[in-house]
Amino acid sequence: MYTQSLEELKKSCKDVRGDIVKMTAAAGSGHPGGSLSAVELMTALYLNVMKHRPEEVTWPERDRFILSKGHVCPVLYSVMARSGYFPVEELLTLRKLGSRLQGHPSSKLLSGLEVSSGSLGQGLSIANGLALSAKLNKKDFRIYCLLGDGELQEGQVWEAVMTAAHYKLDQVCALVDYNNLQIDGAVESVMGVAPLVEKWQSFNWHTIQIDGHDLSQVLAAYEEAKQTKGKPSVIIATTVKGKGCSFMENVAGWHGKSCNEKELQIALDDIYGKGN
Amino acid sequence: MLPNRDGYGHGLIELGAANSEVVVLDADLAKSTRSDWFADKFPERFFDIGIAEQDMLGTAAGLSLGGKIPFATTYGVFVTGRAWDQIRTTICYSELNVKIAGAHGGISVGPDGATHQALEDIALMRVLPHMRVIVPCDAVEAKKATIAAANVKGPCYLRFAREATPVFTEEKDFFEIGKANVLKEGTDVTIIACGPIVYEALLANEQLAAMGISARVINMHTIKPLDEAVVLQAAEETQAIVTAEEHQVAGGLGSAVSEVLVKNKPVPVEMVGIQDTFGESGTPEELVVKYHLVANDIVLAAQKALARKIK
Ligand SMILES: Cc1ncc(C[n+]2csc(CCOP(=O)(O)OP(=O)(O)O)c2C)c(N)n1
Ligand SMILES: [Mg+2]
Repeated sequence: MYTQSLEELKKSCKDVRGDIVKMTAAAGSGHPGGSLSAVELMTALYLNVMKHRPEEVTWPERDRFILSKGHVCPVLYSVMARSGYFPVEELLTLRKLGSRLQGHPSSKLLSGLEVSSGSLGQGLSIANGLALSAKLNKKDFRIYCLLGDGELQEGQVWEAVMTAAHYKLDQVCALVDYNNLQIDGAVESVMGVAPLVEKWQSFNWHTIQIDGHDLSQVLAAYEEAKQTKGKPSVIIATTVKGKGCSFMENVAGWHGKSCNEKELQIALDDIYGKGN
Repeated sequence: MLPNRDGYGHGLIELGAANSEVVVLDADLAKSTRSDWFADKFPERFFDIGIAEQDMLGTAAGLSLGGKIPFATTYGVFVTGRAWDQIRTTICYSELNVKIAGAHGGISVGPDGATHQALEDIALMRVLPHMRVIVPCDAVEAKKATIAAANVKGPCYLRFAREATPVFTEEKDFFEIGKANVLKEGTDVTIIACGPIVYEALLANEQLAAMGISARVINMHTIKPLDEAVVLQAAEETQAIVTAEEHQVAGGLGSAVSEVLVKNKPVPVEMVGIQDTFGESGTPEELVVKYHLVANDIVLAAQKALARKIK
């Protein structure tokens, strides 16, 4: 379990961003854009908020994390490595033959992952099932589930939104990475999902709207969700896809493309400051 | 006569009492699938997810991650068709301990027509790594299969039929997932069947006997993992095979048996089943006759297979 301070978290976010661009560059493919937009949400979760024991992955009381948008596993692998699930160096094996770090997460290969994912729209249902099992077993662990905003176009997400509210699953905390980009362009031009807050509220969820890159807002949102009883909470985090790398920010094309050597240098300069 | 979904209902009740980890989910068809029998007895362990099959499978996945043994229940067409990707990627890829019950398997669903007659479910489930596929032949076996599914780890698909059909197995009969039951010995031809049509195979055995033909009858209740040894022994000893199922011949039991034979012991195979077509409305009795799924059709297939035997 970790309780990094705000200052430590800020530094960790830089490292996680560095990991994301380095590991995808080494792989020659992967999904940096939606990984970078979720860095603050994920870093705060793994290094401050969640109860978990990297050295005891089956600890029954652990909080659970479900990566519904499986393509952004680089950010998950990075925060897992940085909380001690496996060596940071292993990140560079991403997407390589024989690696535990598959292009989309495989729970059979990598212990510490709850479930495999990669087909969008499914994670929140799984989170709900875990919450139902927790209720039956009188356990109070929390379940976090990260979704993309484009992913919200999947009908199953709204089925699960109904289920969580119907069964009053207050251990469930959904995180929406609201970066307004998907593969084919802006979410609002491909298939609009707005207004998100009103939608989730009308489905009887507690909504928390934040700037997803402001760590103090992120931490406060997790705390507010934890204090909310009788209904599930969703943190709708306004973010920038590709955040932290100047040339990737708000560019749909960086959804599923990795840096070449030159681009990697610029990215690392952007993240750590030139000459660092 | 009992519908084999009743066996499922009884199996669930027994499981519910014996194992507090067993939970049941349904998608607004609890009465029809018999999962309401469990719901009445164990309401706190029953979850109606509403008309949302994909969410039901995902929720079941989560329950299994929390240590529960979930039975996700609805009609076979909907659970295997609409939620196939959820079964593939979330359940099978992660090898989760989720049991999937598909009610209303086969054309004998009757008047509801093609939309509700699961005729491709065995094929859809059989191709998935880690999945077991079980098709009980009557209500007694259906109950055993339900209980057996809870006692193995990993994903299972159970297929049940809607109509009341003859109950011809007994409580004391041996049942193990993956181990076929030889119901009749025979030396000239072997009929391998699954589901309620096994009873038709037994009738065919009698008709063939009257013609002087000795037909072995095998109840292949588990399509995956297939009992290859029994199939190969039958091919060796009788040299001709007939498969019978209430399912498309492509991808189902007939395909599974043929795959084993072509690799090891090619002998003539005739397949009784749905021949690449959808069903339609009608009474179950009318439909099984129209679609050539009765004893007489099995007899004809056996004669064909015999005629093709390599002398
Ligand atoms: C069911 C399914 N359909 C399509 C895809 C292909 N796909 C991968 S990522 C993606 C876009 C996701 O957009 P969003 O949810 O906004 O994610 P983010 O912007 O955070 O990367 C698509 C269509 C998929 N993985 N799963
Ligand atoms: Mg997006």
